[in-house]
Amino acid sequence: MSRFFSSGGNSQNGKGDKSDLVRPLVSLSNSTTNYRVNKQTVSIDPSNAQISLRHISKVFPGRKGWLNKLTGQASSDFVAIEDMSLDIEHNTFVSIIGPSGCGKSTLLNIIAGLSSATSGEVLIDGQIVDKPGSDRGMVFQNYALMPWMTVQGNIKFAVETVFPKMSEIQQKRIVKENIQLVGLTGAEKKRPHELSGGMRQRVGIARALAINPQILLMDEPFGALDALTRGFLQDEIERIWEQQRKTAIMITHSIEEALLLSDRIVMMTKGPAARIDEVLDVPFPRPRDRTAVEEHPDYLKLKKEMEDHLYRETRAVEEERIR
Amino acid sequence: MTAISKRAIKSKKESRLLDNENVQAILLFLLSLAIFLGFWEIGANLKWFSKGMPTASLTIKELWYWVTHPFYDNGPNDLGIGWNLLISLRRVAIGYTLASVIAVPLGILVGISRVAFKAFNPYFQLLKPVSPLAWLPLGLYIFRNSELTGIFIITIASIWPTLTNTAFGVANVDSSYLDVSKTLGASRWRTIFKVIIPAALPNIISGLRISMGISWLVIVAAEMLLGTGLGYFIWNEWNNLYIPNILVAIFIIGVVGIVLDQIFAYLEKIVSFGKS
Ligand SMILES: Nc1ncnc2c1ncn2[C@@H]1O[C@H](COP(=O)(O)OP(=O)(O)OP(=O)(O)O)[C@@H](O)[C@H]1O
Ligand SMILES: [Mg+2]
Repeated sequence: MSRFFSSGGNSQNGKGDKSDLVRPLVSLSNSTTNYRVNKQTVSIDPSNAQISLRHISKVFPGRKGWLNKLTGQASSDFVAIEDMSLDIEHNTFVSIIGPSGCGKSTLLNIIAGLSSATSGEVLIDGQIVDKPGSDRGMVFQNYALMPWMTVQGNIKFAVETVFPKMSEIQQKRIVKENIQLVGLTGAEKKRPHELSGGMRQRVGIARALAINPQILLMDEPFGALDALTRGFLQDEIERIWEQQRKTAIMITHSIEEALLLSDRIVMMTKGPAARIDEVLDVPFPRPRDRTAVEEHPDYLKLKKEMEDHLYRETRAVEEERIR
Repeated sequence: MTAISKRAIKSKKESRLLDNENVQAILLFLLSLAIFLGFWEIGANLKWFSKGMPTASLTIKELWYWVTHPFYDNGPNDLGIGWNLLISLRRVAIGYTLASVIAVPLGILVGISRVAFKAFNPYFQLLKPVSPLAWLPLGLYIFRNSELTGIFIITIASIWPTLTNTAFGVANVDSSYLDVSKTLGASRWRTIFKVIIPAALPNIISGLRISMGISWLVIVAAEMLLGTGLGYFIWNEWNNLYIPNILVAIFIIGVVGIVLDQIFAYLEKIVSFGKS
């Protein structure tokens, strides 16, 4: 089905048509009812895609068996993601946004190879991937720095793991470069607990970039930071991204953050059985800065679109909870 | 003006010294110690306690004698307390090291592998609550040697806390560290040595600390039946019915226990890296 919709050279209208900012991508549901696919707006030719998600579903198995039934702990299977397809081109910054608990982390972990899809597959440059690899660098919400290693040690651990045959001198050079890149020069010998949250996440970003991945995965990288630090780090990410232009997938809860950084914004519906609702194209010119982005004529329109979406989905979640 | 403010500062300083928690604690400690020793001294002189209870002053005098003459040797029943202490420490050191060398790797294995955990857990659960002294006859029967038996008892007694703490620490390594390792594609060995063991180190050290405490508890009891060491010193003085020396030995055992414990407290602090 995705072949049918996403192939076939329907992309000629895709790029130039700014009047239709909302571009539902391949948002397929396994049922035949009301998917919002508009052939004209499918803008990616899957053969160009760097990352292709094909009919990804994730089911967390419930507790079964007579023992659980007897103790009243039985639960049914939980469908977190259902039949999700998405293509991401090279050098694109994609944000995923959606109501809490809809399955964003689940999806990112599947792309990272940390957990496996129940059905469907992830293709990177046409190859099926089902386990983690150094082609994907990951930035964690809780930083996930090893507390017993220094800043330098944390980054070196990654470099040594991925490039075991590289000479010591070259490894050191890479570590140093990446420390510089994220603006941590001077803090090399510090341990994570001596750093502020913002500085810790800088280490997390440096570690992910030091292995020179093709794809950068970030799960709410600034979720634990205060607003000011968050802003600083967003600017840093924008600056670094302009330098390297690696394909990036970032989960976020912040509309402004998504608009500042992304080329596309994937909006997910609420769970269970979450799907992709819409994919927005963000047309702001690069390199970006906060003020220029906010003054762009499409900014408010896009923001409104996202707010409406999030509001709708979150309200549905709340209503379900009350019931 | 300046005089007033100076005085204000001075009185502030004075009150601050008394407000200090540590100063208060030391004062309270000294006070309670004085009351305790005074009560002991008077009570012993007035025969409030059982017959033959030594006075505090006599006990302190004996303590001073033993501390200043730790190393002499007039045969096994009259051995300086320093020698006895060294004998006990040596047994503990050997038995404890042996236990640690077994318990840490086994704990790591059991912590990593759920199958190993399930398979071996029954042994741990069964053996953990058995008093180490219950092994004494078995040790004597097998080794026919009090020295080896002592070491055996220490090993058996101190293996469990290290084993269970290590296994717990390894099994509960923060999953985000493991995710990092996985996303980098680290090999299993690299993950174990570079991530799992360092992450579990605080638990391993606190297991070792508890084990050390238990070794020190058990050695004294075991030595009463074995014939040298601090435990035997106490047993011997009991046979001589000379209570001051027993009290001296108790004091010295306590002090050495504190020192051993503090070594591990220091190690724990080193590996905690800002946590707690
Ligand atoms: N291991 C698991 N077993 C069972 N259910 C799970 C498991 N992991 C996640 N889920 C469920 O799957 C759904 C999606 O979880 P996920 O963590 O991906 O959401 P999320 O979109 O990242 O949420 P948030 O915005 O709060 O981070 C949730 O309802 C969650 O309860
Ligand atoms: Mg999440």
